[in-house]
Amino acid sequence: MYARVATWWTILRICLEERLVYRGDFALGTLMRFLPIVTQIFLWQAVFAASGRSELAGYAEPHVVAYYLLTMLSRAFSSMPGLASGITQQIRNGEVKKFLIQPVDMLSFLLLGRIAHKVAYYSVACLPFALVFFLCRGYFSDLPPEAATHSLATFGAFLATLIMGFVLGYFLEASLGLVGFWWLEVRSLLFVYMLLSFFLSGHMFPLDMLPQPWRTIVEVLPLQYLAYFPAAVFLGKVTGWELVQGLWVEFAWMLFFVTAARVMLYRGFKRYSGFGG
Amino acid sequence: MSHDPKSSTQSPVVQIRGLTKSYRVYQKKEGLAASLRGLFHREYREVKAVRGIDLAVEQGEFVAFLGPNGAGKTTTLKLLSGVINPTSGQATVMGYVPWKRENAYRRRFALVMGQKNQLWWDLPAQESFRLHQQIYRIDRESFERTRDELTELLEIRELLTQPVRELSLGERMKMELTAALLHSPDVLFLDEPTIGLDVVAQHNIQQFLKRYQAERQITILLTSHYMKDVAALCKRVVIIAQGRIEYDGSLSGIIDSFSGHKVVTLQFAADDAMKDLERFGQVLEIVPPRAKLRISRGDVPKTLAAILSQHVIEDVVVEDPPLEEVIADAFARAKNDRNESVGPLNEPSATAGSPS
Repeated sequence: MYARVATWWTILRICLEERLVYRGDFALGTLMRFLPIVTQIFLWQAVFAASGRSELAGYAEPHVVAYYLLTMLSRAFSSMPGLASGITQQIRNGEVKKFLIQPVDMLSFLLLGRIAHKVAYYSVACLPFALVFFLCRGYFSDLPPEAATHSLATFGAFLATLIMGFVLGYFLEASLGLVGFWWLEVRSLLFVYMLLSFFLSGHMFPLDMLPQPWRTIVEVLPLQYLAYFPAAVFLGKVTGWELVQGLWVEFAWMLFFVTAARVMLYRGFKRYSGFGG
Repeated sequence: MSHDPKSSTQSPVVQIRGLTKSYRVYQKKEGLAASLRGLFHREYREVKAVRGIDLAVEQGEFVAFLGPNGAGKTTTLKLLSGVINPTSGQATVMGYVPWKRENAYRRRFALVMGQKNQLWWDLPAQESFRLHQQIYRIDRESFERTRDELTELLEIRELLTQPVRELSLGERMKMELTAALLHSPDVLFLDEPTIGLDVVAQHNIQQFLKRYQAERQITILLTSHYMKDVAALCKRVVIIAQGRIEYDGSLSGIIDSFSGHKVVTLQFAADDAMKDLERFGQVLEIVPPRAKLRISRGDVPKTLAAILSQHVIEDVVVEDPPLEEVIADAFARAKNDRNESVGPLNEPSATAGSPS
């Protein structure tokens, strides 16, 4: 067990160092992350002004902005840029052999790489994040008493959704990448996924604004846990029994994709060693 | 020294019996129409990369696999390192079945592929080495000792802190070798370790491998296209062609088995006419006063006597033909023999269906 933890720590440390090599990309990526939020603020100001109402589908104008800021935070945990395409590329160019030859598990190795990536990124990006949230603190006023700004329990649930969102996002994208064992090219699949995920995760607009039956459809899909659900929990829109149920369903989806990725890796390796190499 | 009971027996380190490996390759015909048809109905061709190999390698042997491209050398190494599963047959390495991929086995061998990079591109090699230390569970003391020893031998010590992407090809190969040897593997598979390297770097790597193997008495299987690698390193040579073993023995024995000829170089006296030399054998080259003839091995004494009696000869050199030539002939012959006896080698055996 000790040896395993030491291995993990080394992988984590080396991945961290690797991330820090790309300083330019790092700085630019951090900066760019905040651009869309500004356009969103202007867009929704225009929408509210045109409608002449102070509330749309249960959202007051400042709370829509708060929602976007929160989805930005939840996506900071759940998004996995380049993970699926990276796995497919490794399968194509044979780099994946390394995991057949060396005594190291591919999914754990890449997961640690991802954690390192996130830690490296957000240990720097937390400063601009904090600044943006501080400047936008006005948008978080007048939230209901169940919101995370008032309730410690909600805040705890919010943190849990973020962490589960990270694990879910990782194993979901890893599963997509592992499809590469069967299809040589998964770019179109990833494109479809990105498109769906953009709308159905709540990145584009709060999902509870959707009419039926779309509302029910997004509720049974796992994508809402990547952006919408954590934000809704924070804002106090999901409470009581509904919150407990939501957390359990998210947990179940997480387990589902952990299992799916494991099974796909096992079968993929079997297939790879049978046909290719 | 290993404490594993599996290796304490006297049986060969590598034992292969009747090993075969076939791939199914999608046959795409030319043109858009064929591509569209391929969406629904695919034709596959079966490529037999390895067609029944039997081989035993003892502890401490340094064996070279020779063969033309696509002969099955790399496939054999991949089978032995557990990257691929065989179609049929058996193999054990140190008592382990490679394609079961047990961690206990994976900690005891290494595969180095000349064209593949295992190190982290953007980090100094020493970071990759640290990672290997953890993955292979090498204790700190022996890790540091092995690392220092290897980097000293390969003269790359001062390069350890430089990002791998800034190293030359030769330096990178040395780093790759170091990474592969950190866990002191008992068995080492080398696939074209000197490919693309200049003569000096090739020589350095050969010298290193020779010394390392002599000191540690580990078992090494090597594939290479460079005859110099083979001549410098391996006492035993296995020629693989068309997925089968065509020869297994010493390097010098190749000439005895495959070449029935000697090359005789004659230096004639200045006044000799050098006429009708075709009577004695195939004339390879005439640059007066010298001539080069190819003569059947058994006829050499008789033919030489005849030449000496009819011409005035000042010097005679009898040589074996160049090794590269003999091996190239052997490859060509293996191909022809097979074509005659079993029909077309890569005969398409079309099977329809989806790959998954």
